[in-house]
Amino acid sequence: MACLVRSWIPLLFLQSFLVAIAFGSNEGEEFSEELLLKPLPDRKVLAHFHFENRAPPSNSHGRNHHLFPKAISQLVQKFRVKEMELSFTQGRWNHEHWGGFDPLSSMNAKPVGVELWAVFDVPQSQVDISWKNLTHALSGLFCASINFLESSTSYAAPTWGFGTNSDKLRYGSLPREAVCTENLTPWLKLLPCRDKDGISALMNRPSVYRGFYHSQRLHLSTVESGQEGLGSGIVLEQTLTVVIQPETTSVETNMQPSWSLSSLFGRKVVGSCVLAKSSNVYLQLEGRLGHESKNVDTEIEAHKLWMNSDFDLSLKPDRVIRESSSLLFIFDIDKSSDSEPFDLGLTWKLPSKWSCEQAPLHASRFLMGSGNERGAIAILLKATESQEKLSGRNLTTDGRCTIKANIFQIFPWYIKVYYHTLQIFVDQQQKTDSEVLKKINVSPSTDKVSSGMLEMMLELPCEVKSAAISIEYDKGFLHIDEYPPDANQGFDIPSALISFPSHHASLDFQEELSKSPLLSSFKEKSLVRSYTEVLLVPLTTPDFSMPYNVITITCTIFALYFGSLLNVLRRRIGEEERFLKSQGKKRGGLKQLLSRLTAKIRGRPIEAPSSESPAAESSFLSSKLIFKIILVAGAAAAWQYFSTDK
Amino acid sequence: MASEKRDKEEEEVKTDDGSPKIKPRPIVQLGIFLVAHSPVFSVVFSAAGVLALLILPLLAKNTYISENALMPGSARSMLSNRDVSDGSKLVKDIKNYWLNHEGQGVEVQKLIGKYMSDMGAEVYYQKFHPEGNQFHPLHFFSGPDSYTLLDNVSCASYGVNVAGIIRAPRGDGKESIVLVTPYDFINGGDYEALSLGITSTLFSLLARVTWLSKDIIWLVTDSRYGDYRPVAAWLTEYHSPSFKVSDLLKCGELNTADTFRRAGTVAAALVLKVDGRSERFEDTLSIYAEASNGQMPNLDLINVVNYLAVHRQGFYVKVEKVVSLLSSSWLKIIGEIFEAVGKLARTLNPDWNFGIPAADYLEGSATLASSLYSQALGIPTGPHGAFRDYQVDAITLKISPRFPPDSKTRQHDFFLRGARLLEGTIRSVNNLLEKFHQSFFLYLLTSPSKFISVGVYMIAFALLVAPLPMVAASLYIEGCKALTKSTDNPTENLKSWKWLDAAKQVFALHLLGFIVTLLPYFICQVPGQHSPRNRSIMWGTTSSSLLLITFAIIPGCSPFSSRHHGTNWAVLKSVTISAAFIGLCLMSIINFATAEIGALLLVPTCLMAQPIKPALRSRRIKSLLGAFCSMVLLTIGFPVMFFAISKGLFGEAVVGLSLGGEFWTWLESLWAWKSATYLYIGMVHLPCWLLCLCILFHPS
Repeated sequence: MACLVRSWIPLLFLQSFLVAIAFGSNEGEEFSEELLLKPLPDRKVLAHFHFENRAPPSNSHGRNHHLFPKAISQLVQKFRVKEMELSFTQGRWNHEHWGGFDPLSSMNAKPVGVELWAVFDVPQSQVDISWKNLTHALSGLFCASINFLESSTSYAAPTWGFGTNSDKLRYGSLPREAVCTENLTPWLKLLPCRDKDGISALMNRPSVYRGFYHSQRLHLSTVESGQEGLGSGIVLEQTLTVVIQPETTSVETNMQPSWSLSSLFGRKVVGSCVLAKSSNVYLQLEGRLGHESKNVDTEIEAHKLWMNSDFDLSLKPDRVIRESSSLLFIFDIDKSSDSEPFDLGLTWKLPSKWSCEQAPLHASRFLMGSGNERGAIAILLKATESQEKLSGRNLTTDGRCTIKANIFQIFPWYIKVYYHTLQIFVDQQQKTDSEVLKKINVSPSTDKVSSGMLEMMLELPCEVKSAAISIEYDKGFLHIDEYPPDANQGFDIPSALISFPSHHASLDFQEELSKSPLLSSFKEKSLVRSYTEVLLVPLTTPDFSMPYNVITITCTIFALYFGSLLNVLRRRIGEEERFLKSQGKKRGGLKQLLSRLTAKIRGRPIEAPSSESPAAESSFLSSKLIFKIILVAGAAAAWQYFSTDK
Repeated sequence: MASEKRDKEEEEVKTDDGSPKIKPRPIVQLGIFLVAHSPVFSVVFSAAGVLALLILPLLAKNTYISENALMPGSARSMLSNRDVSDGSKLVKDIKNYWLNHEGQGVEVQKLIGKYMSDMGAEVYYQKFHPEGNQFHPLHFFSGPDSYTLLDNVSCASYGVNVAGIIRAPRGDGKESIVLVTPYDFINGGDYEALSLGITSTLFSLLARVTWLSKDIIWLVTDSRYGDYRPVAAWLTEYHSPSFKVSDLLKCGELNTADTFRRAGTVAAALVLKVDGRSERFEDTLSIYAEASNGQMPNLDLINVVNYLAVHRQGFYVKVEKVVSLLSSSWLKIIGEIFEAVGKLARTLNPDWNFGIPAADYLEGSATLASSLYSQALGIPTGPHGAFRDYQVDAITLKISPRFPPDSKTRQHDFFLRGARLLEGTIRSVNNLLEKFHQSFFLYLLTSPSKFISVGVYMIAFALLVAPLPMVAASLYIEGCKALTKSTDNPTENLKSWKWLDAAKQVFALHLLGFIVTLLPYFICQVPGQHSPRNRSIMWGTTSSSLLLITFAIIPGCSPFSSRHHGTNWAVLKSVTISAAFIGLCLMSIINFATAEIGALLLVPTCLMAQPIKPALRSRRIKSLLGAFCSMVLLTIGFPVMFFAISKGLFGEAVVGLSLGGEFWTWLESLWAWKSATYLYIGMVHLPCWLLCLCILFHPS
């Protein structure tokens, strides 16, 4: 025992020394953890976890990181990733109730399944190779089938429709990928405290996956240092957005449910992650400005904000910030401990109703037509309530008020789209392309080689009530080995992305903030975008369960074909006739049979064929035939009897 | 077949030369043998075909759940009394509304819509036009998109459907399940309200469960305009909306513009109706599955409903049957014979237990007959038919409670059981990863839990039509011989062209059949209001005058033409039989049941048809009997006659001129539903029947 202790002590020394060196050399590495909670109008609660990890530019080529995950930095260096985003999502974002015009929704409302896009810092010719390698690396890292994006039929290179203008951008999505804890665990491994401490300790798997929507996102971007010889820094942003329904006991339907962190997640926060520079919890309440005064200078006013007739907060916020339409309560969880865990709770006292700000147009997409041959895809844009408010902002040069909408859509190759059938209806009136279509970029698909892509920019009048776009397609045929195991489910068309290039969402806080990465990202203007539903196209599928029948039929056809072909090639009818004519006598069938039998026993060819002739019976019902039939029938009956009667 | 004939002829030639016979190949031998003995074989095969049809109920197999993912009844029902009270409340509110108001406007729709949105569903209203199906000859087999949008619509009559969608909490929204409850929003109806109660009970549950992976759409259709049309209108809007402006949107105070919502590909649909009072002690559940042109939903869907209804909820499940067959004595005798044979077989070998009791046989064949008839008619038996046009598996469930509609005490239990049945079914469908594909699509039902698959019922048809090519070949040979004898000119002995005259006649009559098939469309275009009877008279006169014109124009076509112009009747019959064979085989691919019933009529008629004059001349009992038989068969084979007889079988006797009207209405319904049976009657049955008539009155 003593020996063990003795051997431990120098090791501890060494370790602390190394840690000190590490701290010294990588002082710039920063990690922060934040959690934003937001009650939603439809009695649900949104929890948005935000972790940011910054590695500043350094000379050491990122080999010795203290906090920053090594896997990610190696990824960035190996594949020269400039910017990348990977998201795993389950459930649908409800644009009507959960908002579509705030930075939170425009950044975190993601399509179902896996979405990956990346910008590379390599020559144009190597972008595809880098992308393929990246998908394989990520696939291993996150235990997901991201490697299916490697195939050139599943990704596309958007030019301007995606929002990021770069020719080195690649985009792909896997709508059918099932998202589960096996994807969350590697994601958590990238955090310095994993889910053992700090805010991430709240991520109780059952409560996270019980939610109505959850989307885990990993966004990384490199920051150029600008100095010669110095590498680039990396910013890794990891977010998890969960929408949870708090369990309520009250049956009153118009009352918002009260909740606390422990009731939502079944866990409490017991102190921050010690490696984090800042760990904050925010509570955002929307639509609560009408009846409150403009400034919050006095202590009483501030107190009123978090403990009033409408609702109660179980903890006193450290700060309260106002935004144009919402209130933000800030809590610092550093003070919490084992004895006094941080368990924020919100208790509603009065029924309250508000609505979230929505994107200018609500997009939905559906399939048209029936049958296994043709169909059409339609995208329907409907005006939302918040449209009037926004419409004044975008005046074109000739004084017309317009809304710009970008549509970006990938078509798998088996959806053979006829781009000339594109029809656009605005307010139920068919419009010509030149009237509303400002820009369009089409890259047609190639069978089994590449997917098709459609990018278009619509310019709609501000007072538009609805717009519909339809485009026809033919369903392609896949080769038998290209069908997935569950082919009868149908095939997915990935979500279309609708973005509004002239609308930007941001929260404008009225005061300067401390350096909170989450809030500063909210403050930046972000493009308003929304994803449509994934579509399911039933394709013609062969009956996979009948290989036996196919084999039988094929074999029969082969046998018949070759049999008759050989007969035709081998037999000479004329010769046979002459031969028969030249023949004088006939010999008895039995004798012939015997001679054949003896020949067979001896192993020689039949002797003296000239003296033999095939027996030509005058009647079909010869004794031989009857005998044969009876023999076969008897055998069959016996077989039937003995095989069934056990 | 042609090569066989040639082989036979070659063989004959050689035997005439006196050279030693060559033994032909066995398959050729068999062919020659069959052709040579065709009368015997045709009788044997036809009888076997009819027998095979009669023993089908014996061969029915028990249904089983083929798709493992369905797992019906494996989950515990989550329905609570709270859900049931929601349903009861809705029914009570609707009843109160009817007590206080006269039916006008869209108040009831709004009431239902309010209930739906209170449960957390997305609600919308859809307006539609009651007119839908218009006959157009060119749109016969085209898809459901052919509903033409009427330009000048009036707001006088339009229906309003209500639909609510529950989004699956964690689902991806790619698929959905549709529940349909028809309800008459103007006149109400106590039993119909119960169906709303059941569905609302279920909807209340589904709005809060977490296991949903497919969205649920509850559609309350306006059954004022029939059951089918509102559903079809909703489906059209769902799958092929018109983005153009519609006048309909402006009608009424309800603004429905741009509110239509969708929920992905429809995986399955259930139509629920509560109708009348059960005659039995238990609540009765009737399953209707036949869609247009004899298409059936996947058998698994019926199996799931049947399993849950029988083993979990204790409903008495039934499918339609021909009631008049249940009391028919001849069928009973056949059943008893089969029972006796089955018993005898079991004494020989205990494993041979194919025999079923005579009562079961009777039930089974009555159900089978109804199943065959509904499929052959090609008209959907309920609103579920509209879904089949979009490749959606759907069935109609008609529940008849055993209590009167105003019994409060029983209502609770009834809602609970009905909703549990639907819950279990939806849960099973919800489990499905792929669409229904495992089980059968081609089958006939002999009871809710017994079916006959395509492999078995094809045998009866194959046996029935098997004699046709044999008889055609033998008649051709016979006809050729006769022609060779009658004409001495060797240039006319080109054997291979002997059928050409007959083929001309057959073709002309088929063309006539095609024109007659199209005639109703033009008769409908005749201005002015005409009763069905007048229209049928118009049709009949036009058709018969066309027939006379055909006979007059094309020489040799008519049975009344002189002997020298006329073709040999044997060759004509041979070509007729070939045409009938091709027609029947084609029809069996499109709609098997039609082909089966058609073969039952057409095959004996074609086989028995022979000139009546020689028979009368010869005065032999055998030939007289044959002539009599063929005349009787021809009389029955006339479509109008067969219609009257089948009407009589179903217990509705029609006589006289009203028959024409009835027949017209029936045909009108056939083409309105785009039934291929209509085409079959016009283009296969009628020409073949006319040709048989020609043969009957042939001058030879």
